[in-house]
Amino acid sequence: MGTRDFIRERFFPHMWCPGCGHGTILNCLIRAIEELGLDKSNIVVVSGIGCSARISGYVDFHSLHTLHGRALAFATGVKFSQPELTIITPMGDGDALAIGGNHFIHAARRNIDITAIVMNNRIYGMTGGQYSPMSCTGDYATTAPFGNIDNPFDAVKLATAAGASFVARTTTYHAKEGISILKKAIRHRGFSVVEFLSQCPTQYGRRNQLVNAPVMLEYLKTHTVPIGSARAAEDPEILERGIFVEELRAEYCDAYEQVIQKEGG
Amino acid sequence: MGRPKLDRIVINRDWCKGCGVCIHFCPREVLEIDAFDKVVVVHPEKCTCCRLCELRCPELASEVIIEK
Repeated sequence: MGTRDFIRERFFPHMWCPGCGHGTILNCLIRAIEELGLDKSNIVVVSGIGCSARISGYVDFHSLHTLHGRALAFATGVKFSQPELTIITPMGDGDALAIGGNHFIHAARRNIDITAIVMNNRIYGMTGGQYSPMSCTGDYATTAPFGNIDNPFDAVKLATAAGASFVARTTTYHAKEGISILKKAIRHRGFSVVEFLSQCPTQYGRRNQLVNAPVMLEYLKTHTVPIGSARAAEDPEILERGIFVEELRAEYCDAYEQVIQKEGG
Repeated sequence: MGRPKLDRIVINRDWCKGCGVCIHFCPREVLEIDAFDKVVVVHPEKCTCCRLCELRCPELASEVIIEK
């Protein structure tokens, strides 16, 4: 099967702006699934609201386009009713960590077997470029015309602290690494979080002196380093990428099944 | 196994939005933008079949076909 078999071609060209990193994430996701050899009819993609959420319409799997921030809540329901399905929830940074912040930490705490992809472009793109909880201090946005004074979340540390059993970070520049991390995340049994740093040339780039997609990708290339690199410790602007946590812990559906078996349900 | 040999690079002109990601990061300057803001293959003989344009393309418009 080619990658074309995993997308709904009738909806292409997609609605994302020229150079939007979300397209690259879609590209990486379908290639990861193709390389894993998964059956299309056993995959459910659940998304919330925002630019990122449109991804569920473009993939030719079972898909749910749900409420803002509530993708993980719907995904938990789907997984709980049919634990044999592979559930993937691509979410934007605002969708996952602001509106759906509580769902995010509690899904991580339960360690339910869902792959959450945080498509982090550091802005609310669809609604006009408001700053998000991932916008860095000093970033410009329509709601921060003089520079953002908030501190951003560190999605990796947040997911690790909340109890996710697989936590990774990659970028749209490192597409090959992204495919391999997504493959590991989908295969992992437990709650997997992949923070995928993405670029929004329209709403973020043009307000922050990053004029187009290639310039933004150059920034992702120079401002991320593999885990353990000394440069990350010296400069707080440089982020580490790779797999931070990968461990096997009791999975939520398994624990529930054990209760059913024990109590003779 | 020798070096993979290029058959052709297919650019889907209906999907390409001319963002220039493939052109900027092509290690061998195989691609260029044309007058209609779409990507065209100008130097296929230089292509090493690294497939980076295909993997990074946000529009899923690029496909590197390797000779069998």
